[in-house]
Amino acid sequence: MGGSSTSAATAAPDARIAVPAVVVTGLRRSHRSRRGEVLANDGIDLTVGQGEVFGLLGPNGAGKSTLVRQLVGVLRPDAGQVTLLGHDITATPAAAARLVAYLAQDETALHELPVGVAIETTGRLRGLSRRAAGAARDGLLEELDLTAVATRPLSTLSGGQRRLAQVATALVGERPLLVLDEPTTGLDPVARRAVWDALARRRATATVLLVTHNVLEAETVLDRVAVLDRGRVIASDTPGRLKAGLGDDVRLDLVWRGEPPAGDPTVEALRADAVVSGRRWSLRMPPEQARAAFGQLTSGPAFAALDDFTLATPSLEDVYLALGGRDSDLEHG
Amino acid sequence: MSAPLGTRPGPVAATGAVVTGQLSRARAARGPLLFVATLQSIGILLLLRGVVDQSSDATARQVVAGATVLVVAFVALNLLAQRFGLLRSTGGLDYYAALPVSPAAVVLGTAASYAAFTLPGAALTAVVGCLLYGLPLGHLWLLLLVLPLAGAALAGAGATLGLLPRRPELATTAGQLGMSAVLFLGIIPAQRMPGWLAALRGLVPSTWASDALAGGLAAQPAWGRVTAELAGCAVTAVVALGLATWAFGRAVRR
Repeated sequence: MGGSSTSAATAAPDARIAVPAVVVTGLRRSHRSRRGEVLANDGIDLTVGQGEVFGLLGPNGAGKSTLVRQLVGVLRPDAGQVTLLGHDITATPAAAARLVAYLAQDETALHELPVGVAIETTGRLRGLSRRAAGAARDGLLEELDLTAVATRPLSTLSGGQRRLAQVATALVGERPLLVLDEPTTGLDPVARRAVWDALARRRATATVLLVTHNVLEAETVLDRVAVLDRGRVIASDTPGRLKAGLGDDVRLDLVWRGEPPAGDPTVEALRADAVVSGRRWSLRMPPEQARAAFGQLTSGPAFAALDDFTLATPSLEDVYLALGGRDSDLEHG
Repeated sequence: MSAPLGTRPGPVAATGAVVTGQLSRARAARGPLLFVATLQSIGILLLLRGVVDQSSDATARQVVAGATVLVVAFVALNLLAQRFGLLRSTGGLDYYAALPVSPAAVVLGTAASYAAFTLPGAALTAVVGCLLYGLPLGHLWLLLLVLPLAGAALAGAGATLGLLPRRPELATTAGQLGMSAVLFLGIIPAQRMPGWLAALRGLVPSTWASDALAGGLAAQPAWGRVTAELAGCAVTAVVALGLATWAFGRAVRR
């Protein structure tokens, strides 16, 4: 943030207290819906160290947003405990607001505010003086390339620019813990990179907890990731180690133009193991087997029916599927 | 061991920041609505001029005062109920709940900005009404007391009505019903109502304000009574804002 608006409350890295940024134990929360009680979080345990960029990855409905809303003190758990930087948030939810900057999935409260005012007002509501909030606003407008739209209400911006402006409101006032619910959804690749860079610049002073359903984002920026499915953490580790846990298997993706050719022995053999979503088949297999299948497909009659094909090392989506996740709506690009 | 807590604004700074944000948000969106609100009240004045007994000074004063307060009600009660109803239903309250500010600061700041917006329209309505009904303009300075108090009371009521229902349509309906109550109970003189309806007037925050203003529009105001009615309005304002603060806290911590 331009360096000029560092608030006195921000601890220098070497002054950090040696406690984890986030400790979640046995967190449970249900919602009432028309279909009865739905268990959104089912016994979640997590620990995030200070300075980490930690991710929550999972498809829609996995319970990610419910989890972060409890972390920031706006939703009360039915059972379990949340501790942020040594403060018990379950007992004193109000403390969360002085430790965390939270970005919700959509910040409707700010929609009609001009971008600059939204950033400055949020800064002042985090306790910055008028002057410091103004300086922080200018720094963030520049950092996220929003200066040209500073006087326009958020509601008049494109979806991507609006999200970027909302991210700016989360970064003002420099909290030691940033909890961001899908900060880059709807952003073009350039803006997404700008957000990742902005987060990287804050590594020395802040811990980041990031909700995403984008596999590329998870693999690019996260130090560690917890994979959520149906309200439970089904894995938690670095992206590299999670993928290594799959062994040497690679992934073969086939996209057919129409119906895959019937009667082709290679196609029939693959059909049995494929995870089918629309025209796309996804298969995991040992590299030798994948190479052989790939060779037969590209040299045989099935080749004409193929629209696209890729052979890749496994991604976090494969981890998710291998761990028993439902066929996912995780994003790739 | 725990890390030190981050900064938070004092109550005055927090309220001020909410007011500034809301005013900048309102500039574009609320201008036309205020125009409609003012036109509606002036229309009612014109309409009733042909209906009410011109020889009754008390009735004329009540009509002018009621129409003036109605401008405040349209924005502070009706629109604020809609605003909070929408914030609640879209998760917008989380924004405030995750910031280190009290519900009172959010409610007061939003209410103040909505009420402030109504002042020019309400003042214009009062002046036009006095001219139309031949009432003295000399005591209109009373608006400086009546309008903020009416604004606070009605905004408190509007915020409460917006925050309590789960569904935004209910909040909108409640806001409009509240508006109707302000319209009928504020403009129709109490002596023309059945007893039970006249008794309800005291519960509607704005009737205290419109009664005080009606008293002040007399050639020789009974200042003691006007002061008592202003005090009544202040009490309803405190109660309404207190209720709104409670409703906000109830809506955000689930």
